[in-house]
Amino acid sequence: MSTRHTERRKRAALRWTVIGLTLVFFLIPLYGMLEFTTRDLINGGRTGKFWTTLVDVPQVTERYPALAEGFASSMALALFTVVVMLLLLVPTMTWVRLRLPGLTRTVEFICLLPLTVPAIVLVVGLTPVYAWVTYLLGEGTVWLGLAYVILVLPYAYRSLDAGLRAIDVKTLSEAARSLGASWLRVMWQIVLPNLRTAVLSASFLSVALVLGEFTIANLFSRKNLQVAMFELGKSDGQLSVAVGLASLVFAFVVLFAMSFVGRKEKS
Amino acid sequence: MTATPSPAASRGTEVRLTDLTRVYAGNVRALDGFTLHIAPGEFVALLGPSGCGKTTALRLLAGLEDADGGTIEVGGRDVTNVPTSKRDMGMVFQAYSLFPHMTARQNVEFGLQLRKQDKATRHGRAADMLDLVGLSKQADRYAHQMSGGQQQRVALARALAIEPQVLLLDEPLSALDAKVRSQLRDEIRRIQLEVGTTTLFVTHDQEEALAVADRVGVMNAGRLEQLASPAQLYKNPATPFVADFVGLTNRLHCRVAGGVAQVLGGAVPLLAGSAGDGLAIVLVRPEGVTIAPVGSGGSGGAGGAAATVVSASFLGASGKIVARLESSEGVGDLVSVQVDNTDVTAYAPGQRVLLAPRGDAALAVSAT
Repeated sequence: MSTRHTERRKRAALRWTVIGLTLVFFLIPLYGMLEFTTRDLINGGRTGKFWTTLVDVPQVTERYPALAEGFASSMALALFTVVVMLLLLVPTMTWVRLRLPGLTRTVEFICLLPLTVPAIVLVVGLTPVYAWVTYLLGEGTVWLGLAYVILVLPYAYRSLDAGLRAIDVKTLSEAARSLGASWLRVMWQIVLPNLRTAVLSASFLSVALVLGEFTIANLFSRKNLQVAMFELGKSDGQLSVAVGLASLVFAFVVLFAMSFVGRKEKS
Repeated sequence: MTATPSPAASRGTEVRLTDLTRVYAGNVRALDGFTLHIAPGEFVALLGPSGCGKTTALRLLAGLEDADGGTIEVGGRDVTNVPTSKRDMGMVFQAYSLFPHMTARQNVEFGLQLRKQDKATRHGRAADMLDLVGLSKQADRYAHQMSGGQQQRVALARALAIEPQVLLLDEPLSALDAKVRSQLRDEIRRIQLEVGTTTLFVTHDQEEALAVADRVGVMNAGRLEQLASPAQLYKNPATPFVADFVGLTNRLHCRVAGGVAQVLGGAVPLLAGSAGDGLAIVLVRPEGVTIAPVGSGGSGGAGGAAATVVSASFLGASGKIVARLESSEGVGDLVSVQVDNTDVTAYAPGQRVLLAPRGDAALAVSAT
């Protein structure tokens, strides 16, 4: 009895040590960023001026147009990517599940493939494609979203797949159709509402990924938030780090919100 | 008792499935020239072992799968190529199929909404339907707040709400436990009689099929073996498969002569379609055999075949004795005999008994 008790206590201690170390590992750089952005390099001591600047939207827009532009592009990109990803994946995956179960493996493989391709390789491959995109659709930063859709495929696929597994899509859609629903209505009124959690988590993951993307945007010379931050870092290191910290925290909040939504749905 | 949607007489639609064929990948013929005619308002059950094609037949009628041959007519209209959503079929599935994000009421209203009925009509109709299945109080519950039986009732209400031409029941009871199953089974029959909708019920449970249907179709290997009333099916099986599949059957070696099988020291009249003169196997029901302890002078005195009791089981409402016939050559046939539950204790393994046929007509097949 007492050995079991010590055993359990030991395990708990180990658990907390691991959690503690991990937290320290993640928090130290964040703390470093915070410390750096509140340092007054000229007069010594502490200052909150970078953070007040960041919150003051008109001033940021005026003094750091690149940052404002990058932020706007990243927001537009996040929205565009999520919409295209959902329009592409939800019907495809539902259809594969209902009508072409033999293709499940293939679709999964294709969707997970981007994980194995380094961003730089992706860019090399995408360059000729984007020559056409630019030719047909123009130079807008938002078209980067098409490449981002490919980047987010693995994460979105996993979330949506979990959602589709949790409901009996086949029976539900057959029931709806026997009651007179068209395919479009089945999709919109039956499948989508029951995939809400999965759609939300796929969207959140995509947003988080898009907001943190630098390589592809930089190599294609498009200005998103990360690229703007990088450029800003060359002239104003502290503000750039402040922006970096803010965007990190934002991404954390988004991911926390996601896990919260998922849990609430289950109960 | 409740507001009946419309008089039964006007509800029934005739269904004709003609020569249906359905071939799956790998050249598996799930249906192979399947023909079935359901009269208006009739309740037909399709019964058969798994893989016999009964579910495929129902899915073809629902339009959930396409026929590779043959025609489907509903109410005189050829619907072979009409999509599911335009066939007007109410369907209840084996798997729970309520839309999880809607309440019971919303589920029932879904089909009415698609038919562009106004809110008041929908509400009234949904209330009537939920009343019909006895779930008025659960109208605002979600699927996960209801038991399996309740979910299937709502599914039934949802299917009936659209006043379908045909009601299709695809093993709706098989996910439920025994007590709820028999309760809901009787209720389905009551409701079907009340609304008068032509119904096709697919099941692998013979008790279920025999209990609810006007006629039962026994299927085997993609074809209809026999379509008859439950009593007919039981008393006069048309084929050995039906005799074997419906109810319990003893397979006893016998000699056939002049339309009568000599078995268990007595004579059993044979049904049409039985094997001709010579050695054969006669299919005798457990209740078609009498049993008596040796020397009791029972079982009509004279006849009887000597056997040794192998087991005696108490089955609640009845009892079952299994005995092995004494045979001069090799091992004798095993015979199960149905007895009154009070008689079970009169027999013990190893005891010698006399078995005799009651004389009910049976089917004989050639012994090879």
